[in-house]
Amino acid sequence: MATIELDRLVKRYGQTTVVHGIDLSIQDGEFVVLVGPSGCGKSTTLRMIAGLEEISGGEIRIDGRVVNNLQPKDRNIAMVFQNYAIYPHMSVAENIAFGLYRSKLTKDEKRRRVEQAAETLGLSQLLERRPSALSGGQRQRVAIGRAMVRDPAAFLFDEPLSNLDAQLRTQMRIEIKRLHHRLGTTSVFVTHDQVEAMTMADRIVVMRDGHILQVGTPLDLYEKPVDVFTARFIGSPTMNLMPASLREGGAELSLGGTIEVPRSSPKTSDILVGVRPQDLVPTAGARGLSVTGTVAVVETLGSETFVHIENSGQTIIGSAPGRQIPRIGDKLTLHAPAERLYYFDKVTEKALTAP
Amino acid sequence: MSKAASFEGLPMSRIRPGRILAWTLLFIGGVIMVTPLLFMLSTSLKDASQVYDLRVIPETPTLDNYIEILGDGRFTRWFVNSMIIAVIVTLSNVFFDSLVGYTLAKFRFRGRYIVFVAILSTLMIPTEMLVLPWYLMASQFGWLDSYWGIMFPGMMTAFGTFLMKQFFEGVPDDFLEAARIDGLNEFTIWWKIAMPLVTPALSALAIFTFLGNWTAFFWPLIVTTSAELYTLPVGLSSFAVEQSIQWEKIMTGASIATLPTLIIFLFLQRYIVRGVMLAGLKG
Repeated sequence: MATIELDRLVKRYGQTTVVHGIDLSIQDGEFVVLVGPSGCGKSTTLRMIAGLEEISGGEIRIDGRVVNNLQPKDRNIAMVFQNYAIYPHMSVAENIAFGLYRSKLTKDEKRRRVEQAAETLGLSQLLERRPSALSGGQRQRVAIGRAMVRDPAAFLFDEPLSNLDAQLRTQMRIEIKRLHHRLGTTSVFVTHDQVEAMTMADRIVVMRDGHILQVGTPLDLYEKPVDVFTARFIGSPTMNLMPASLREGGAELSLGGTIEVPRSSPKTSDILVGVRPQDLVPTAGARGLSVTGTVAVVETLGSETFVHIENSGQTIIGSAPGRQIPRIGDKLTLHAPAERLYYFDKVTEKALTAP
Repeated sequence: MSKAASFEGLPMSRIRPGRILAWTLLFIGGVIMVTPLLFMLSTSLKDASQVYDLRVIPETPTLDNYIEILGDGRFTRWFVNSMIIAVIVTLSNVFFDSLVGYTLAKFRFRGRYIVFVAILSTLMIPTEMLVLPWYLMASQFGWLDSYWGIMFPGMMTAFGTFLMKQFFEGVPDDFLEAARIDGLNEFTIWWKIAMPLVTPALSALAIFTFLGNWTAFFWPLIVTTSAELYTLPVGLSSFAVEQSIQWEKIMTGASIATLPTLIIFLFLQRYIVRGVMLAGLKG
């Protein structure tokens, strides 16, 4: 197990900078998820930690040791790739054992480790099979087995679940999390899927355009997003944002109506009021936000129903209990309590921590 | 049976004119390809007096030619020479072409594109133009009339390098990076990981190189002078010069020379067809 520290880490390709001096400290045994849209620099950061990309500036330390110039093999890390990267010409057992290629362990010890990893991952019956005879989930388990067998200081996962179907992805997500609990190995997991990030991470690192926007626990990010991007990226469906103007004692929504705002920000008058669809419901509260609109779309999920209402050309998503399904075309008023509202500067898109 | 049905039960309406034309052309092509082989085999089973009798099945078939040819030490020597040369050149091509192809496909270094274009441009130079420089080089290095002299121009080919580069480009980088993290050095990654992933291309390259060298005539004829260094095609041609064209002997030798090709084809037919499809070249 190990700590991983990124200190002003920079990556440039020619004149283009893709990672802009990021700082991050990952604790021993922590499961950290780097999340962000395509091109945000998350995979590049992971590859720099692995040693597969040279770094253009800054420092990477694994367990306190600077590894900037160390070869991947000398960093004592293991990586699981999006495309599994298990060798099609080798059996499952050979693939897993390949993780011990450089190991000086005896043959018996190697075999014992392979069997142990296979047992942990439920691959014991498949050891003689070729990858072509395995399902996607089994292949990904073999890739994890190859990483596990080395007992590395840290696991690096580069979007390992992206190629799996939705059901298998959920299953593998749980298996990886369970494995992390059992092994306690420091893990860095890259994904563009916020659900994966929320369900797996001890801490999430939100990245955009080569910058870290926010680092925090899943609940931190959900409850206290630092900007519009994080607020919309975390949570599904995405947070509703409604333009508003700050007035004396409140904010006037462009959709109509006024809401109470705890305290006015002196710097800006144009703000965005955010509310998560799960907090916007047909039941009226004492005070807070009320939005009325025409029901345009109804998404029934069973446990709850997402309702899309339209008002002045803007679509607002709210939710209703599973069995209270509004009809399309109905007028509907949705309410959210004041304490569930978020406020952002419309220009900088930064959160107004105490507007 | 309806009027529109053929005697095989296949409705006539389903047999399209285009298909009939294609089958006819293929049949004619097949006849053109097979006839010389049939005559080669037929002539090898005739004695000298029947050579100009154009019947495919000899009136009095004989194996005397085979007994004589196989009993002739020179023929065995030429056969072995051809085999040694074809095998060594094939192994060399499989090794060096794939090594260079892998490097060009998977490593980013300054001048990579120039090196690739330079290699590729040599494909445009016809062999006839190269023979003189090869000869002068062989002469100056003292390689004339030696195995090495026959082999050196073909030990590595631009075509093979190009073919392998294209294939290695299709190998996902993840495989190589996973191996790098597992601690393999670059040579071992190429040998243990990348090479097994391009087996179809390697097979195609090996087959084409072997067949090309097995049947090579022009350069071995030029570079060798001693009869004991002749390759099979050169040796067989000497029957025409020295012994006033003994067709039955030439055809017997050619029939025997066809055997390795035939065996290779029978065993590796799948790879040859796939190789032709992949490489888009003649077999």
